[in-house]
Amino acid sequence: MNIPAELRYTQSHEWVRLNDDGSITVGITDHAQEQLGDLVFVETPEVDAEVSAQDAVAVVESVKAASDIYAPVTGSIAEANGALADEPELVNTDPYNNGWLFQMQPSDGTEIEQLLDAEAYESFIGSES
Amino acid sequence: MAQRTPLYQSHIDAGGKLVDFSGWQLPIHYGSLITEHQAVRENVGMFDVSHMTIIDIHGAGAKPWLQQLLSNDVSKLVNNGDALYSCMLNNDGGIIDDLIAYLIEPSRYRLVVNAATREKDLKWITEQAAGVDINIEEKSELAMIAVQGPASHKALETALTAFRPDGAALAWQKISALSRYQACEVNGLFIAATGYTGEEGYEIALAADLAETMWSCLTNAGVQPCGLGARDTLRLEAGMSLYGNDMDETTTPYNSALGWSVAWQPEERAFNGRNALAGEYKNGAKQKLCGFVLDEKGVLRSGQLLYQGDRQVGAITSGTYSPTLKKSIAFGRIDSDHEGDCEVQIRRNRLPVRMTRRVFVRNGNPL
Repeated sequence: MNIPAELRYTQSHEWVRLNDDGSITVGITDHAQEQLGDLVFVETPEVDAEVSAQDAVAVVESVKAASDIYAPVTGSIAEANGALADEPELVNTDPYNNGWLFQMQPSDGTEIEQLLDAEAYESFIGSES
Repeated sequence: MAQRTPLYQSHIDAGGKLVDFSGWQLPIHYGSLITEHQAVRENVGMFDVSHMTIIDIHGAGAKPWLQQLLSNDVSKLVNNGDALYSCMLNNDGGIIDDLIAYLIEPSRYRLVVNAATREKDLKWITEQAAGVDINIEEKSELAMIAVQGPASHKALETALTAFRPDGAALAWQKISALSRYQACEVNGLFIAATGYTGEEGYEIALAADLAETMWSCLTNAGVQPCGLGARDTLRLEAGMSLYGNDMDETTTPYNSALGWSVAWQPEERAFNGRNALAGEYKNGAKQKLCGFVLDEKGVLRSGQLLYQGDRQVGAITSGTYSPTLKKSIAFGRIDSDHEGDCEVQIRRNRLPVRMTRRVFVRNGNPL
């Protein structure tokens, strides 16, 4: 199970990377992609949309089921990963890099600090199973 | 606590991700549903279908009783081992379950029914048998393995030789002679040339304590273990309905694309639901079950609504992503007077869908 130490995590299995310009990049964790199985469709959020933390903003669909992806913090959607339209399987094969889902500009730069760190996320998924 | 099939440990050993399915712990996949799907389309895969309910019916009254119980006519079963798809209807023509009936020998039949409907099926069957000269025997001691795909024949031959070297040649002679929808009993195995994938293949019922050995012989013969996920995508591509999704007690064979399985001849055969269905047989049903293809990106799912303009014309009953067509396919129940394409509501979007025949893939090829 790959849980990069430098990222933050949510209990709904998104990962969050803080970029140099204060924006964040969001994807789903290795654990999440493994649970979902082969992804066949990703609906990314509309750029510039204003969203609140825990809003359902994107959908990933595996062969079997559709799952909502939630905004980890409040802010605006800055970018969506267009490559996933044709290659949704990037989320399976490279969840922390090319399989990113969207970028956000947080309204409050400190909100990210309330998310789980790698160690806390690891014990969270341990307690879930 | 969900029940375990005799192959539980084999699934764990093969890396299966187990889920609760109708009260049974069964693998949804062993790593990749799409890999498993493709193995069945291009080579050979196997499924643990031990959760399915096997019911043997025997006694002098078995045949006329089944002729009343089932919408299809077991008098079509002529030779030992012949098999028949049928619905089991209530008196309103609603579908209690769909099943396969086998003639094992004169006055002895085998029904294979769904796991999810086991209790209500047994209740109905027991009620219907009151005062009739038959024995009803649930064969819960049997496991069942489905081996499916264009290479299933060769893989089964290899596996059987390893499974029981003596007598394998004779067994193989009998199995090789099977036509589609025929079964035989050899060396304690009940082997039927049937399946739920649209490919050639076999369904093997055998004693529970032999199941792990057979599974490992099949694994050694190169057969890919496949989970419930691939079972669903394969059956949908093959145009095969799933009880509980595409039919149930509120639907009839005529609005479920199963009218072909209702035998109206001979006229004196008074099967359950016959009177209730006569109108639909003569005039057609108000709704029909059709195939749908979504050419745009997205996945059709059960429960999504179908529209023509502002008019809701139907709903999706089963939908998935088709690994063979690389787009989403579905069955949907739609008003019979509706022809042509329509739109599906997926979350906040309406997307065009094409209405098609229900069989999307046969013998590995898109239709």
